Amino acid sequence: MSGFEFVALSLPPMVIGVLAAIACALPGNFLVLRRQALIGDAISHVVLPGIVVAFLLTGMVSTWPMMIGAGGAAIVSVLLIEAIRRLARIEAGAAMGVVFTAMFAGGVLLLEQTDTSSVHLDVEHALYGNLESLIWLDAAGWGSLVDPVALAGLPPELLRMAVVACVIVAFLLVFWRGLKISTFDEGFARSVGVPVRLIGGLLVVLSALAAVAAFDAVGSIIVIAMFICPPAAARLMTDRLEIQVAWSVGFATLSAVAGYVLAGYGPLWIGFENAVSAAGMIATVSGLVLAVAAIFGPHRKGAQLPR
Amino acid sequence: MLVDALFLQMGYNATLVTLGAGLLGFAAGISGTFLFLRNRALLSDAISHATLPGVALAFLLMVALGGDGRSLPGLLAGSAVSALLGLLCVNALVRHTRLNEDAAIGAVLSVFFGFGVVLLTVIQTLPQGRQAGLESFLLGSTAAMLWADALIIAGGGAAVVVLALLFRRPFLLVAFDAAYARARGLPVARLDLLMMGLVMAITVVGLKIVGLILVVALLIVPPVTARLWTDVAARVVWLSGIFGASAAYVGAAISATAPDLPTGPIIVLVSFVVFVVSLLLAPSRGVLAAWLRYRRFQKRIHIRQGLLALAQGHPIYERLTLRLLVAAGWARGDGVATDDGMGYAARALRDEARWTALRTDNRFEAAAAMYDGVRDIDTVLTSDQIAEIDRRIAETPA
Repeated sequence: MSGFEFVALSLPPMVIGVLAAIACALPGNFLVLRRQALIGDAISHVVLPGIVVAFLLTGMVSTWPMMIGAGGAAIVSVLLIEAIRRLARIEAGAAMGVVFTAMFAGGVLLLEQTDTSSVHLDVEHALYGNLESLIWLDAAGWGSLVDPVALAGLPPELLRMAVVACVIVAFLLVFWRGLKISTFDEGFARSVGVPVRLIGGLLVVLSALAAVAAFDAVGSIIVIAMFICPPAAARLMTDRLEIQVAWSVGFATLSAVAGYVLAGYGPLWIGFENAVSAAGMIATVSGLVLAVAAIFGPHRKGAQLPR
Repeated sequence: MLVDALFLQMGYNATLVTLGAGLLGFAAGISGTFLFLRNRALLSDAISHATLPGVALAFLLMVALGGDGRSLPGLLAGSAVSALLGLLCVNALVRHTRLNEDAAIGAVLSVFFGFGVVLLTVIQTLPQGRQAGLESFLLGSTAAMLWADALIIAGGGAAVVVLALLFRRPFLLVAFDAAYARARGLPVARLDLLMMGLVMAITVVGLKIVGLILVVALLIVPPVTARLWTDVAARVVWLSGIFGASAAYVGAAISATAPDLPTGPIIVLVSFVVFVVSLLLAPSRGVLAAWLRYRRFQKRIHIRQGLLALAQGHPIYERLTLRLLVAAGWARGDGVATDDGMGYAARALRDEARWTALRTDNRFEAAAAMYDGVRDIDTVLTSDQIAEIDRRIAETPA
């Protein structure tokens, strides 16, 4: 394949996939350690009603209203889960199950009631995303990477995903100590004056941000897979948080690149004509990585986190 | 229109769907209860998402064997196999690694679902795949439900109900105290697997009506709702079945009244409405009941404090206190006690003095622990004990 084709058709989606995977995997480390892994699952389900409501209010499929709608829905769902957990006095998992199914069902119903035949808005899109379509038409070859005119034509998702990834990295750097202490020993963190609730809240908000930005580019499946699989696999590799985060970034990158390549070129190698879903393949590869870590990971044994 | 639908007068297909949904809701409500009481509600989410690759592989296999690929029993068998595989993966991750169950659930559901999506895109490129309509398993589709499909749902649902009711005692024991169940010699691991097996069966059977993304709602929402109404486990099981059945029946009937009301989401939303109403109105656990309890307590505190103030001749500044005293006829609007009020105030003061004496006396330690500022002392002590307290008060110099 020529450099032109690769730079124009494969590089942007691959980079977006890697950025999305890293943006989700970074907060995912803490969600897994805090036993909140399924928050990502709940958030990615309620993205659908969020974008449908945004579409109904604005009447168009454009990025910002949809992102705001999805973000709003994510925050509403987190608050509802917390409210139901406390009012009904039930475990968090059941409260999540109640909230995200109801909100997802509401989203599907609204979608059915709305005339969306003229726009590209459906359940499948929210689930799988359309990574393959994020191509860079202005690219003429590797040289375009230093050509400002061509760079201006990059898919906007790329810049957005990069900004979100930077915000998340910045959050982790600023709050690293507090985040680390409050994740492993909340009582101790509170006693030494760490703002435990603020940090916990920010973590959920940033996870929602990562989920919302990533769903637009790559769909909800990757979001859930990347929140959980790379951090879970990394946790089986080491006992040190810093190293675990590094492993998770490596696994996320590996899954995104290998998944994209396998989806785009894998079928051609074995004689099929059409590519398969990149989002699905990235999730699959991350699962294989986790499976390998679960069988060979040096720190796979040990005590589970206490409730 | 809705009345027609509720009484099954909307035609053959709607009747099949409504009855099938009701039965499915009943079976899901009952088997979901054990999962919920075991604190593993979201495990059903992993199981349901894990059905997708099985559906797709079964389709591919049937096409490869020269079949149509769309036969429901074949697709459901495929979904059951991959759901079981997903379940075993969750179990293996939890048992053999240090990952917690929530991480294992999330990993399995996203990876299996992602692989299923890969297979769906493969199917779309096949000539037979164009009309496969496997996407309908995501959200369910009842438009073309056949008598044979309904029979599968009815048979599967009935089998699940029978098994769940047969095993309800060991299931409940494991759910409430797994360690005790193990000590009693129950095969906890196998019971857990059977419990999950029933959930898996519900998921598979429910794919056609509600679809794999929303079928978890049938397993989670009715038990949570039922739990609000009662503290007795056996009643939670039955109530959950009844809530599940009625929500599914009514939801399917509503969806039959118009073309753009998809069955699965409507059923889920009806269950959610039942849940919200229960959350507000349930006795003792409901929000309204809790609020009334709070108001009653607040009222008693205000009256008590108001009476003490009247007895000691203090002015009453708190408006609610004054309003309550006036309403009871114990004070006038300007805060002066009525004759009745003076009597009750004197009683309250005497009560308070008795409590004070009681709380300094070690012999009444247990009774002193019940002091909350509003309780009348004669609900705690016998008249002999009160007389004893009064003697002590009389002996102490003021």
